[in-house]
Amino acid sequence: MEILFYLLAIVAIASALGVVLSKNPVYSVLSLICTFFAIAAQYILLNAQFLAAVHIIVYAGAIMVLFLFVIMLLNLNILVETQRFTTARLTAAFTGGLLCLVLIAALRSAGDIKAANPANAKIGLIENLGMTLFNQYLLPFEVSSLLFLAAMVGAVVLAKKEIA
Amino acid sequence: MIPLDHYIYLSSILFAIGVTGVLMRRNMIVLFMCIELMLNASNLLLVALSQYHSDSAAQVFVFFVMLVAAAEAAVGLAILVMLYRNNPTTQIDVWNRLKN
Repeated sequence: MEILFYLLAIVAIASALGVVLSKNPVYSVLSLICTFFAIAAQYILLNAQFLAAVHIIVYAGAIMVLFLFVIMLLNLNILVETQRFTTARLTAAFTGGLLCLVLIAALRSAGDIKAANPANAKIGLIENLGMTLFNQYLLPFEVSSLLFLAAMVGAVVLAKKEIA
Repeated sequence: MIPLDHYIYLSSILFAIGVTGVLMRRNMIVLFMCIELMLNASNLLLVALSQYHSDSAAQVFVFFVMLVAAAEAAVGLAILVMLYRNNPTTQIDVWNRLKN
């Protein structure tokens, strides 16, 4: 189980680096899908089975297909990207590394991060999540449906060809 | 059980890779993908914390983050398609004339 965690972590980090470093956007999309599957496996290791299923359906099934469609429709896979200067790229990498250190330091000193009570394996099951979602967070749930409607209408209006 | 520290390391590294990508790349589609990467890093940490504190509210927040990510990708890619129709490029610095 521990070995599986480290293996999945290495896969996730390596394919995340692939997203950033590969020249061709199609390879970036494929690396990102690999990262998403590694993260979904981490969810399963954390006993969040329902969330893992939703993650795969939403990300690998919907969002990444959208990305691939746009890349294929616009023929971006043959596009050559102009590179930033080497100094700018090095600065970006350095800034990212510093941010990583700051995040780790801040999160580790955030307080007592020992497990509060014995781990409950039933937390991630759909029964518990549904109770929480529809009792405590009913209003945000309804508002989010409104957000989705707005996003859908916005996407259709923006992508529509203008009628002259 | 894996210590929580290791989840903090993993999600911080993933988040930093996403930030680095946003700073480093010029292709708008890759920038969107790096934003998805950052959202996923935060999701992973939320799930880990929910498991360690036995609180299912954090997993509900992950739903809302996924929802925002989906809406953002749909609208962002629609804007990208619209911009591409005006000028066939996805280089981010071509569009700095939107400032004027």
